[in-house]
Amino acid sequence: MNAFSVAAFTSGLNLATPEIFLALAGCAILLLDLLIGDSRRHWTAALSIAALLVTAVLAGGVEVNGPVTALGGMFLVDAMSQALKIVALVIVAVAFVYSVEYMRHRGILKGEYFVLGLFATLGILVLISAASLVTVYLGLELLSLCLYAMVAFDRDSGRSAESAIKYFVLGSLASGTLLYGMSIIYGVTGSLDLGSIAAAVQGGLATNIGLLFGIAFVIVAIGFKFGAVPFHMWIPDVYEGSPTCVTLFVGSAPKIAAFALAMRLLVDGLGGAQVDWGQMLVVLSVLSMAIGNVVAIAQTNLKRMLGYSTISHVGYILLGILAGTSQGYQSAMFYTITYVIVAAGSFGMILLLSRHGFEADRIEDFKGLNARSPWFAGMMAIFMFSLAGLPPFIGFWAKLGVIQAVLGINAVWLAVVAVLFSVVGAYYYLRVVKMMYFDEPVDAARIDGSPLMRAVLSANALLVLLLGIAPGALFVVCAHALP
Amino acid sequence: MFSGHLLSILIWLPIVGGFAVLAVGNDNPSTARWASLLVSVATLAASVPLFTRFDPHTAAMQFVERSAWIPSVNAHFALGIDGIAMPLILLTTFTTVLVVIAGWGSVQKRVAQYFGAFLILEGAMIGVFCALDALLFYVFWEVMLIPMFIIIGVWGGPRRVYATIKFFLYTFLGSLLMLVALIYLHLKSGSYDLAAFQRLPLSLTEQTMIFLAFFAAFAVKVPMWPVHTWLPDAHVEAPTGGSVILAAIMLKMGGYGFLRLSLPITPDASRELAWLIIALSLIAVVYIGFVALAQKDMKKLIAYSSIAHMGFVTLGAFVGYKILASTGSQTGIAMALDGSVVQMISHGLISGALFLCVGVMYDRVHSREIDAYGGVVNTMPIFASFMVLFALANAGLPGTSGFVGEFLVILASFKGNVWYAFFAAVTLILGAAYTLWLVKRVIFGPVANEKVAAMKDLDGREFLVLGVLAIAVLFVGLWPAPLLEAMHASTQHLTQQLLVSKIGP
Repeated sequence: MNAFSVAAFTSGLNLATPEIFLALAGCAILLLDLLIGDSRRHWTAALSIAALLVTAVLAGGVEVNGPVTALGGMFLVDAMSQALKIVALVIVAVAFVYSVEYMRHRGILKGEYFVLGLFATLGILVLISAASLVTVYLGLELLSLCLYAMVAFDRDSGRSAESAIKYFVLGSLASGTLLYGMSIIYGVTGSLDLGSIAAAVQGGLATNIGLLFGIAFVIVAIGFKFGAVPFHMWIPDVYEGSPTCVTLFVGSAPKIAAFALAMRLLVDGLGGAQVDWGQMLVVLSVLSMAIGNVVAIAQTNLKRMLGYSTISHVGYILLGILAGTSQGYQSAMFYTITYVIVAAGSFGMILLLSRHGFEADRIEDFKGLNARSPWFAGMMAIFMFSLAGLPPFIGFWAKLGVIQAVLGINAVWLAVVAVLFSVVGAYYYLRVVKMMYFDEPVDAARIDGSPLMRAVLSANALLVLLLGIAPGALFVVCAHALP
Repeated sequence: MFSGHLLSILIWLPIVGGFAVLAVGNDNPSTARWASLLVSVATLAASVPLFTRFDPHTAAMQFVERSAWIPSVNAHFALGIDGIAMPLILLTTFTTVLVVIAGWGSVQKRVAQYFGAFLILEGAMIGVFCALDALLFYVFWEVMLIPMFIIIGVWGGPRRVYATIKFFLYTFLGSLLMLVALIYLHLKSGSYDLAAFQRLPLSLTEQTMIFLAFFAAFAVKVPMWPVHTWLPDAHVEAPTGGSVILAAIMLKMGGYGFLRLSLPITPDASRELAWLIIALSLIAVVYIGFVALAQKDMKKLIAYSSIAHMGFVTLGAFVGYKILASTGSQTGIAMALDGSVVQMISHGLISGALFLCVGVMYDRVHSREIDAYGGVVNTMPIFASFMVLFALANAGLPGTSGFVGEFLVILASFKGNVWYAFFAAVTLILGAAYTLWLVKRVIFGPVANEKVAAMKDLDGREFLVLGVLAIAVLFVGLWPAPLLEAMHASTQHLTQQLLVSKIGP
């Protein structure tokens, strides 16, 4: 890089408008929240949701024709970043809508949740647009630190604090590993810029033993952030121990960040060494599908079960990435987006059923839901069938895409392993459907929840169905993002 | 005005109608019943032109529709039928009406959801029979599982949860392996068009792998020995309507899959592995026939009898290769295929009727045990006549539909190998043994207990359902010509397809 010039730095600032707006909005909401009384805390939520949606509009409004870098090459905007940002912002907004009632019932409706959420989202956006190792790390840490605090958010709950500590210790270890790997890669290639690293790797460094060493460390960090086996230990505990509104947050948008992390580091930066990291991902992927699906069967807590289910889905996302073809990356992106949509809805259902003094986070709590509310039982069934990968729901097309990707590189055995474990997985999703439809209700409480939440949750489920019947549009988005 | 979209209408009418019935809600059972009767009769009426306007002189797909569905993977919403699919669609629309009428009074729990599930299921089943696009075929194939899972699980017997999950996972596993094969074919051919798959040259190894993947899906569905174990469980626990649809239509999916996918897409592998299918079919016919003999539960007995009878379908589909190998001529192959399709239709009618008969008795006595009955003829003479008719049809009595399919298949098998025909013909003895023994124990003899003594004969609704089925069974048995004529061009075409080697240069 040449001498630092202000002009070079500011020239692309307009590309970062969404991030800048979100950062300012986050600060403003933090201050405004001080002036709002506890009884009007929902205003904070409303403002945060508005800020997210405005940011999404801004992100959609940035005009890009092909990848453009800004801020001295640290920041990159391309079709993929735009699509991922919009999805992440909308998902976080939806998560906020689902969370308000739950927090009010527990007396933890505090502005900090939303402000932390906004800054975590900012971290996701920065990570998505990262064009240098520094930006990657910056975005990742901003996201992670906010998440640690959010997990500990219910400060009177011992379990919440315990999960936060676990998450923090393991997360810091992963961040350290990532930094170590990055420093090795920097040492070998002599650059922090992902573009230059890619050029260096292409230029003959692909077999360099030092680089492989660095890649291994990077893979560990990516595995951790995704929650892939054997770096998955934090997932079940954090999912179960956090307040459900935080589980919803942790379980949805950050997966997009993890996907972006993998794409930026492995594909943009280390694409030339695909043969090496592809093999490493095969191991992570198969183990995740196996352990995630098998252990999920034994769970009685729905949040924990969905935690293991996440692990298994990560295995499928990795299948797309490890294929190393643009079709594979597209299918991984498709999978990530659909998974996030479905996961948000599933946790939203738990939030909908919970009420004062009742968490609704055991699978048994869904017993007889069909008798209590056929509509929402139908919605939950849509989410479960979609997670199981059944047509005509969106989860089917996601699985189809990744299986097509691995068959495209002639890895038939991986495809067969993937479908075998998805049969195992179907069992525990079916168990939830079984509870809802085949069993009698044990608790006859009315299902309340604000009209807005019901409407958004229903829209969420119907989207899963509609995209399942006509997935063409989402395929096009992913194909456009990763040509 | 709708003539160009007849198949779409047949698919979407019951699905949309099913959701409408769901929207009626369980609190208005009578509205839900009438609405579903209306929808199912309308679908049946809409399916009649498939027969009347069907051109039996061509093997080409008819009533074809094609529109873009998912351009990025080159999948189309492509529909069309030939002489093999057409009778199966009619069987579907016909059976669904009967199931709706049969469930009229006997289902009192969550009525709207019961009927809604059957209507949605009907749409999906019709979709399977007319899909010309592999992805569309697969989507409908899997969609069928969801309503059936709910039907068995909610309205089934005491072990319904075990049975329905077993049913689901078994079929899901097979289907997913088929999906892998379909995607593989897609990557080779660049489209999901089934016709393109049929033209695609493939090496023998590829064909064998694909054949085995298809086999996993279809053998489970048929079901063939030894992957049949889900069927007795599912049948026993399912409500009457569920058993009827399962036996009459869903098992046919497997046979249809062999004819539509396995034979034309992997003809060389089919030739190589025909011995396997034939062996498993004959085991089903003979061994399962003995198993049926030992059953104490009426539904289980009919379920095992279904497996044995479906053995004829798979035998008929694959015995053609052996005919060619031993006689060197093609004559007889089409006959075997004809027999296979007729057997599917006939078994659909007969097994459906038998399950309805059991349902009639179950509604009165609430037991499926053979021991709980005896001397039913004394209290229900009209019902007994129907039951005896269907039992004889099941045993393959000439003049009933059960005879035609089995006769054609056995006749064709003679050309392949006398022993095939011998073992297949064992079913004529075994089938007669287990069905007639069932009739003897349940229908004849002195009145067994006061519950049987209190049984009332058929009401108008039950009489209507069984009467219509009896007419259909006799019609196909006495005058199978229209059915055979309709399918003849298609089975001839299939004969050509399965003989042409696809091993690429």
